[in-house]
Amino acid sequence: MAEDVWILGIHMTKFGKHPDKDTLDLASEAALAAMKDAGVSIKDMGVLAAGNLMGGSASIGQQIQKQIGQTGIPVFNVANACATGATALRTAIMAIKAGEADFGLAVGVEKLAGAGLLGAGNRKPDSDTWEPKGRVGAVATLDGRVGTENMPGVFAQVGMQYIHEHSYSGTPFELFAKISEKNHAHSTLNPLAAYNKKMSLEQIMGDVMIAYPNTRPMCSANCDGAAAAVVVSDSKLKTLSLEQRRRAVKVKASILTSDPWQEACQVLPDVNTLTRSAAAQAYEQAGIGPEDLDLVELHDCFATAELVHYDNLGLCEPGGAVDFFMSGAPWRDGKRPVNVSGGLQSKGHPIAATGIANIWEVCHHLRGEAGDRQIEGAKVGLAHVIGLGSACGVHVLEKSAA
Amino acid sequence: MLGSDPHLVAKECTSCGARFFDRRNACASCGSDAGFRDVEVAREGVLKSYTIVAFAAPGVPVPFVAGVVDCDGTSVRGNVVNVEPDAEHVRLGMKVRLATVPIGTDSAGTEAVGFGFEPVESGAI
Repeated sequence: MAEDVWILGIHMTKFGKHPDKDTLDLASEAALAAMKDAGVSIKDMGVLAAGNLMGGSASIGQQIQKQIGQTGIPVFNVANACATGATALRTAIMAIKAGEADFGLAVGVEKLAGAGLLGAGNRKPDSDTWEPKGRVGAVATLDGRVGTENMPGVFAQVGMQYIHEHSYSGTPFELFAKISEKNHAHSTLNPLAAYNKKMSLEQIMGDVMIAYPNTRPMCSANCDGAAAAVVVSDSKLKTLSLEQRRRAVKVKASILTSDPWQEACQVLPDVNTLTRSAAAQAYEQAGIGPEDLDLVELHDCFATAELVHYDNLGLCEPGGAVDFFMSGAPWRDGKRPVNVSGGLQSKGHPIAATGIANIWEVCHHLRGEAGDRQIEGAKVGLAHVIGLGSACGVHVLEKSAA
Repeated sequence: MLGSDPHLVAKECTSCGARFFDRRNACASCGSDAGFRDVEVAREGVLKSYTIVAFAAPGVPVPFVAGVVDCDGTSVRGNVVNVEPDAEHVRLGMKVRLATVPIGTDSAGTEAVGFGFEPVESGAI
């Protein structure tokens, strides 16, 4: 059995608009602060994994090295849609588990403020003559003609499908808006969130409709941000100071899955099967169940997505996501707090940073350093991300006993 | 496939029966490279999910209803057409059937025809 891996240091930048900082400024800020938090330096690092999905840079890792230290270590530049950050972390963890390094650094960074709708891009003008093109042999672009390729609409259908399959009889719009109301309420305690204003149900439902039932505040906020983590092997951690060992957070499970073929997966992305698979593997690896979780950060890229992941992560009885939510369980004072950071809808979603930022949030609580939003006595937490394509990352984290 | 009885055609894996609407090099379901055969997709189905897109990329007319239709076991992505685009008129689980939609005529005079699904109850026979 490969040895255990710990998160020794971790940092997320303020999420939001950073017009005066470029991608490398944000990445460097997160990386330097994570190493400082860990009490180590770039000279200790044996591996670097980095991701920046939308910036068009194929070698973000090497570019970061040029700002924080070129030490000649192996660099893995990773891309896995919205799971890019989790993939970077998983890569560093794998290197340590393989015995190739004692310390690893994972960085995710994105400049996304003002990016607008993601998914389809602008419709190109139709060509002068109809000619079948591409793998579907289409004569014209499909977005808007054969369904939608925009993320708010895709994930709206993910949520609507769930309530259809489970015969929900209420008003879907109000149900999903209430989920968003929770996350916006949670965000008021998070100073690093891009938006931390409480929003009433009326404000959320009365805001600009993007793709029914998702209004604007029910969509993840495009913003700038970075997050970075330093991981260390169990044997190396034992040689470090008591303070470092006390603040280290144990990686009880680190799982990455892709989507297995399902009948409808080519029609509407199936975000469920791969999340269920990742969760099952994570609980088995960690030797715990969902009932042991003190907090969960899950991928609420849209309010409609959060609902299905209650079920996918086993936080509720199968098919019971609506009842779980209506019981108040995922509120910060409920029995299974979900997205106490404010979630992607308020904290923001700088894509490649998200999969490390959600781990930062969980670590913050496990270390007892979450200030006003601390979940008292938190010992075990789970962080989940999903990127369409698809990739799902699930990490289970545990407070140090030191 | 147009003609007197317009219908959708899918490619079906000759090994496992998985269906695809695009060209595949081998089967994503079973991995077989035995090949695919054309099969007709049922023209009627049930609306399994939908969204009403109110804000889209520039150039895409809104609002429109995008959905997933279960056509007798084959899921199809498409717009729901010939219906008011609101939650009163579009209902989860409603029966729909294939409808053709004009896309436009090119400079050579060729008309492109698209497809959507219309409610069975309110559509003209």
